[in-house]
Amino acid sequence: MFTIVEKKILAPKVTWFRVESPLIAKRHKPGQFVLLRVCEEGERFPLTIADSDKRTGTIILVSQEVGKSTGLLAQLEQGESILDVVGPLGKPTEIKKFGTVACIAGGIGAAPLYPIAKKMLEVGNRVVVYLGARNREAIILQHELSLVSDRLLIATDDGSSGYHGVVSELLRQHIRLGESCDHATAIGPLPMMKAVCAVTREYEIPTIVSLNPIMVDGTGMCGGCRVRVDGKIQFACVDGPEFDGHAVDFDSLAHRLRMYRDQEKCAMERAGVPHGA
Amino acid sequence: MARDKVKPGRVPRQPMPEQPASERVQNFGEVTLGFSAELAQLEAERCLMCKKPTCIDGCPVSIDIPSFIQHVVDGDFEGAAAKIFESNSLAAICGRVCPQEDQCEAVCVMGKKFEPVAIGRLERFVADYVRGRGLSLAKPPTATTERRVAIIGSGPAGLTAAGELAKLGHSVTIFEALHEPGGVLVYGIPEFRLPKAIVAQEIGNLKTLGVQIETNVVIGRTILIDELFDEEGYDAVFIGTGAGLPYFLDIPGEDLNGVYSANEFLTRVNLMKAYRFPDSDTPVQVAKNVVVIGGGNTALDAARTALRLHPEKVSLLYRRSRAEMPGRNEEIEHAEDEGVVFQMLTNPVRFVDRGDGWLAGVECVRMELGEPDESGRRRPVPVEGSNFVVECETVVVAVGNGANQIVASTTPGLQTNRHGNIVAEESSGLTSREGIFAGGDIVTGAATVILAMGAGKKAAAAIHDFLQTLPPKTTEPPPLAAHLKPSSGGVLPP
Ligand SMILES: Cc1cc2nc3c(=O)[nH]c(=O)nc-3n(C[C@H](O)[C@H](O)[C@H](O)COP(=O)(O)OP(=O)(O)OC[C@H]3O[C@@H](n4cnc5c(N)ncnc54)[C@H](O)[C@@H]3O)c2cc1C
Ligand code: SF4
Ligand code: FES
Repeated sequence: MFTIVEKKILAPKVTWFRVESPLIAKRHKPGQFVLLRVCEEGERFPLTIADSDKRTGTIILVSQEVGKSTGLLAQLEQGESILDVVGPLGKPTEIKKFGTVACIAGGIGAAPLYPIAKKMLEVGNRVVVYLGARNREAIILQHELSLVSDRLLIATDDGSSGYHGVVSELLRQHIRLGESCDHATAIGPLPMMKAVCAVTREYEIPTIVSLNPIMVDGTGMCGGCRVRVDGKIQFACVDGPEFDGHAVDFDSLAHRLRMYRDQEKCAMERAGVPHGA
Repeated sequence: MARDKVKPGRVPRQPMPEQPASERVQNFGEVTLGFSAELAQLEAERCLMCKKPTCIDGCPVSIDIPSFIQHVVDGDFEGAAAKIFESNSLAAICGRVCPQEDQCEAVCVMGKKFEPVAIGRLERFVADYVRGRGLSLAKPPTATTERRVAIIGSGPAGLTAAGELAKLGHSVTIFEALHEPGGVLVYGIPEFRLPKAIVAQEIGNLKTLGVQIETNVVIGRTILIDELFDEEGYDAVFIGTGAGLPYFLDIPGEDLNGVYSANEFLTRVNLMKAYRFPDSDTPVQVAKNVVVIGGGNTALDAARTALRLHPEKVSLLYRRSRAEMPGRNEEIEHAEDEGVVFQMLTNPVRFVDRGDGWLAGVECVRMELGEPDESGRRRPVPVEGSNFVVECETVVVAVGNGANQIVASTTPGLQTNRHGNIVAEESSGLTSREGIFAGGDIVTGAATVILAMGAGKKAAAAIHDFLQTLPPKTTEPPPLAAHLKPSSGGVLPP
């Protein structure tokens, strides 16, 4: 079960996996995620599903090495199996005809955004992808996203490709220049989603973000994934992971993501993984 | 025999040997050690073998208590186990976690003049005796039927229903959302009260009966109930998904770092083995001062678990007085002996931010007991202006659980009540949909292991009857495994 049938490196520390998982492939809808456990003593952690294929019974996962668990996952080779994969979890993205939809990705956020852009295009939206990354090497899935969008724009922090600056500023510029935008979906690191929401709030563009709090069970049983939305507690694993970006309390989520920083460091040292990456 | 010579009450109720409090807080080993054969027989001889054994009425699954105790008196421990197994297939678990003081022992005739017979301790002794010798009482069925039953959730309700149906020859598959079966028995109740090896052994017995267990399957997400019927060829479904949706207090600061629900705290430690971090990868934060909020078994388990993770102090805050605490007396005493500090009549109103998103304390208000409420317990009312802050860096909120909606919201026609619990007939577990039965905490709200088992057992009987009414099958349904066969092909990227 959960055999890795194909593996590639998309960018430094970013790995792409095709994983055998027929039941999940069958039911997956854009926006949903899985929880994984790589080995017996391993942690359970979430990854958004980047694509699925019912015919072959496989799902695509893209993982960036940020800690011990993602480090262990990256070490798995084709033919090896992931111990536990459960899903598809969470509510699917609301897909309907909005008009022009902006799909804004930061870093590996491009992976979960791919199935959303694909479906948004399928139902008749005009899709504009704003693809942000640290630098040219860190851009992933550019070609694939270009196939599921009407327009694709790139921003890199160092200017090595496309717009020189953060993706939220690229978005602001284009809206100012008259690029239409009736609905936005932003997926990426918290500061990036927060910055995008600041821009879209100004222009009153409804914006959906996908949150990635620390999770344990993924079924609503532990409450560890709780986030504050519109002042109320919501469980990201069952009420989300997508929420109205203009109502999300990003700062409290940022704090919660740092809850185990010290322990994570200790685990990485023991595993011999250099940290600070 | 020997019994005739012993005058009732001459032998006192035998205490349970246990690890000394100072030692046990240093480890996660079992607190109570169990009776020796001698102690068990001494205790068993206290039983009056009543003509009208009231204890049986007190037992939710009607174990023939005097009969099994008679076997213990006779030294036939295997026979005693067989007797219990007729009514209860999870005796080693029930002997440890059942609230006997509210059930069989509460109505034991001996208890009127003297102390009740220690029925729970005897049950545990007997179950451990056969377990320790590797004797399995589970016998695979001799004949099998063509019927398939899906069980959702592997807590005591699901495990019991599965066992009963398998014994009747039906083909049974349990679907469990987590990576390990057992429900609250593995993720909630701590190792020091219920060793996980025991749960694993009971689950092993079910496998001997032919029960299949599919972990990592969330019904309502991975597979829908209607797909179980229409595509996977199941004839009936039992829902035993438990009460796994933690309530929070809904007071300011609840999302500060350091605030846990009891479910998360206990799951990290029990299921994910955070007590072995960094040998296991899942961490848990236990700072110097831990505060647990609540008065039930879950709160006590959280407090005693926290104590074993080397804090300086663990306090338990409860808004009523000790007399109203719903937790078991034995556990309250254990917690006290181990050093949990009880602060009664104390209600949290706000969590205090250290200034950087981390917890620094909990602001509380003193309570007084007023008039009795609907539950018959005196209602706590706040004392105006009595606010004070309890310093702490870790809080575990253990104020109860509600019903998870994943199954109900994805199963058209399945009726729930206003609390979100699935509506099911008490005698049969039958829900508003034909072929779908339910039992345990998802129906009753958070209750007990034995009540969940009882519900599983009743539902199994009703499911068996229901299966007899179905017309004979013509074609074999595709086994689940057929869907798991991979082929190859291409998705993103090309
Ligand atoms: C900390 C704690 C201590 C307790 N101590 C005691 C005690 O000492 N004595 C006592 O009698 N009772 C005790 N209880 C209560 C007792 O554990 C429960 O009443 C009992 O476990 C309920 O059994 P159940 O089978 O209904 O559900 P659960 O044990 O909750 O099991 C439900 C299972 O279903 C799974 N599930 C849920 N949704 C899905 C889905 N959609 N698809 C697949 N699987 C799903 C869950 O993962 C879980 O494994 C305690 C409870 C807690 C939390
Ligand atoms: S009521 Fe008490 S004394 Fe009587 S049979 Fe039951 S356990 Fe024995
Ligand atoms: S991860 Fe446990 S409730 Fe969401």
